[in-house]
Amino acid sequence: MSVQQGTAHRPWVDRILSINGWIIFGFLYLPILILVIYSFSDSKVVGIWGGFTWKWYGRMLTNPEMMGALANSAKVAIVSTVVSTVLGTMAALALDRYRKWLGKGAFDVIMYLPVIIPEVTMGAMLLIWFTQVLPINLSIWTIILGHIAFSASFVAIIVRARLANLDDSLEEAAMDLYANRWTTFRRITLPLIIPGVLGGALLALTLSLDDVIITEFVQGPGASLLPVYVFGLIKRQVTPEINAVSTLMLGISMVLVFVSLAFQARANASGSNKEE
Amino acid sequence: MTLLDDRTSEEANPELEKKAERAESWRGFFVALPTYVFLVLFFVLPLIIIAVISFAERSRTGKPILGEWTLEWWIKLGDPLVRSVTFRSIWLAFLNTAFSLLLGYPFAYWIATRKKAMTRNFLLVLVLIPFWSNFLVRTYAWRTLLDSNGMITKIGEATGLWGKMLFTEPAVFLGLLYGYLPFMVLPLYAAIEHLDWNLVEAARDLYAGAWKAFRKVTLPLSMPGIIAGSILVFIPSLGAYVTPDLLGGSKTTLLGNYIVTQFKSGRNWPFGAALSVTILVIMMIATVIYFKKGGKTL
Amino acid sequence: MAAAVSIRGVTKRFGTDVTAVSNVTLDIVDGEFFSLLGPSGCGKTTMLRMIAGLEFPTEGSIQIFGEELALRPPNKRPVNTVFQSYALFPHMNVEKNVSFGLEMRKVDKAEIGERVAEAIEAVHLKGMEKRKPSQLSGGQQQRVALARALVNRPKVLLLDEPLGALDLKLRQAMQMELKDIQSEVGITFIYVTHDQEEALTMSNRIGVMNFGNLLQVGTPEEIYERPVNRFVADFIGETNFIKGTVTDDGAIRLTNGSVVHVRTDAPSGADVTITLRPEKLRIHALDADDINPARNQLPSTVTRRLYYGESIYYEVAISDGTLLDVRHENIPSLRRWDVGDEVIISFHRDAGEALLS
Repeated sequence: MSVQQGTAHRPWVDRILSINGWIIFGFLYLPILILVIYSFSDSKVVGIWGGFTWKWYGRMLTNPEMMGALANSAKVAIVSTVVSTVLGTMAALALDRYRKWLGKGAFDVIMYLPVIIPEVTMGAMLLIWFTQVLPINLSIWTIILGHIAFSASFVAIIVRARLANLDDSLEEAAMDLYANRWTTFRRITLPLIIPGVLGGALLALTLSLDDVIITEFVQGPGASLLPVYVFGLIKRQVTPEINAVSTLMLGISMVLVFVSLAFQARANASGSNKEE
Repeated sequence: MTLLDDRTSEEANPELEKKAERAESWRGFFVALPTYVFLVLFFVLPLIIIAVISFAERSRTGKPILGEWTLEWWIKLGDPLVRSVTFRSIWLAFLNTAFSLLLGYPFAYWIATRKKAMTRNFLLVLVLIPFWSNFLVRTYAWRTLLDSNGMITKIGEATGLWGKMLFTEPAVFLGLLYGYLPFMVLPLYAAIEHLDWNLVEAARDLYAGAWKAFRKVTLPLSMPGIIAGSILVFIPSLGAYVTPDLLGGSKTTLLGNYIVTQFKSGRNWPFGAALSVTILVIMMIATVIYFKKGGKTL
Repeated sequence: MAAAVSIRGVTKRFGTDVTAVSNVTLDIVDGEFFSLLGPSGCGKTTMLRMIAGLEFPTEGSIQIFGEELALRPPNKRPVNTVFQSYALFPHMNVEKNVSFGLEMRKVDKAEIGERVAEAIEAVHLKGMEKRKPSQLSGGQQQRVALARALVNRPKVLLLDEPLGALDLKLRQAMQMELKDIQSEVGITFIYVTHDQEEALTMSNRIGVMNFGNLLQVGTPEEIYERPVNRFVADFIGETNFIKGTVTDDGAIRLTNGSVVHVRTDAPSGADVTITLRPEKLRIHALDADDINPARNQLPSTVTRRLYYGESIYYEVAISDGTLLDVRHENIPSLRRWDVGDEVIISFHRDAGEALLS
């Protein structure tokens, strides 16, 4: 990215814009900041400062239900991310790299629907499907299936965008240099779309860790995930322990943000092969 | 299915060309097949079934009885209660979209017009962090702020401007705005950042004032960002569940929690199915209208 | 001489209504530098891609040294391609790019090392082996693409407008270099270009294409001096067109009544168009008495003069209003004319060609 030219404003316009900008940043960050601060407050009531303590983190870590939910979340997130990344990448390849095939038009539409469908609708229809039509008991596996069903589409969109920017003469050149299809994919296509694939995987991971609605619909007895478990706790009673687990979840989100930024930076570095 | 032989020594003819094309086409099909099957099994068929179920009679436990059909649940959508929930949902989603745009545009514009790439990237990361942060946690943050001991309540009481907002409609609105504002800012930023600023300078050169150049050039050219951002905010706002459940009360039920209730304590799955289909239809209509309007202004 | 590439009745249709290449038959001789020339969309690139195996023909035969491979995939053909965009693998350095083809063919390591080093040296990129394509200039990328193809010692090298992305100076330098490399390795080059000057200076033979048809195949001289139709005459170089009719004795009567003599294969009575290159016309004073009798003469008026430095262009009008361009070398022995001068233009009997119109 270069210097933005031709964007000069009058000083007062600039000043108003930047004041507005920092107010919005305040709006976006202060609530989170306060939440984190109160996770260290030695008082049962959130909102009253009672001195610094680590005890809520201790409680969180020794709460078996909470840790069980965390483990379930990790399991669901990892499995659904891996599967949806593979499925989404294959779908993107089929849509972008093959001119026409049986049912392509319909697939193109079906592929995008999970992205725009309201989550409640998705949750409700999966619940009906699993319990009324298929002879499946709700369990951690139904949650995983549900998460894959919406994540795969997000992965496909991201990978497809990457593929669309990839000059297909690179693959032709590989074939011209005696590589077969599989080798071409392994040596050329995959390494060049990997930033997109990883970006999609991170999004799938985030979506899975964020989801409350679909999980609430299709979870089996005793197999709750962390966000749904926390959601239930909040509805019952607000405690600083919730602030502690919230801080933990924020921390996970932050790690994912920075990992994704690192990927993007690398992708930009390798993708700009014609700029110089 | 016959693949063309790699070492064929045949001359080309239309039939063999077709055969080669067909082989290629089958390859594409097989690459898509696993995802295709998965989506048909766990998306398309469920989507069809939920529409079917919305016409089913309900059993005593609330589950649908397949084979006994009724229009009752679709008629029930006209009930005053259901209508008010629907309109409240659409209204709040619309209001949230409008406010996100109003706040988000100058904000995105400000970030996108910083001179140095470093500054722009830094500010962008500051937007990305809340965007990627856990939604439930971000909503929970407002619950404590708006509660009796919360900072915002205390400020309101001290100034005498407002009281405890938790469990009211303004609280739900604030929560939605907070939750989805980053979804508006990112596409707007992308659209404004990629704008060809020479065009704005050309407008200025052709005697347009700063405001006129903005209105006639910058704004229309950032339309794709406005459309994308609006859809990204409107759709989840319309189906919001977590926000009204945590920040709203019984009088601020939105479609999202109303639907969940039908499948839980309400014990009326077929009616929940009808509502689910309704919300999907509203969302699709809104999307189509938006795209049409956007298409005209472009 | 043996035919390196023998193309027989090749047609390529996309869908039902687009015919990109229409019934092309062509032999390309071993060791020759052959150019496919034509405007964009004329089918030249599709023709090249069919030889490379990147497209399959709808109909016809493509043989390389006698082996039929119209329907073989690209990785099973003894040809290599230099792509228009170079298509260098951005995630591999120069060395890896160049060795890719040999690795795919499982040539042994030691030999790969040797041949890659040799190829990189041949294109003057020694010392750049470890650079990524993004760290190279356009000209250097072009050389890597060339080395990557040549290192495989293909029987035929295909080049798809390889110089199109380079600026004029670099392009001219690369033209010379390509030509040198070709005569050094002795491989048949098939070169696709829309730049007629490039085709004329580099090729042994040229095939001119338009709307999927191969219109004319010949040496640069044949194509330039004796175009078979109006399109070829117009596309290659600059030319003037004068309408006329063939008389009984094989001369051409122009619409203004003047009679001129030029080469023609057209039967008497046919409507023809004479094509005349600007540099083959001369302007004389009305009272000039030193005009070679083998030259046709037409009275005309100077209507415009353009000064080009090394030459001067005159636009003259003959009596029926047809405008002709005349190019005079900027040399002292040629008199300068002014707009409005009444003059005579002359051209040799062998200078023009009357084509059926």
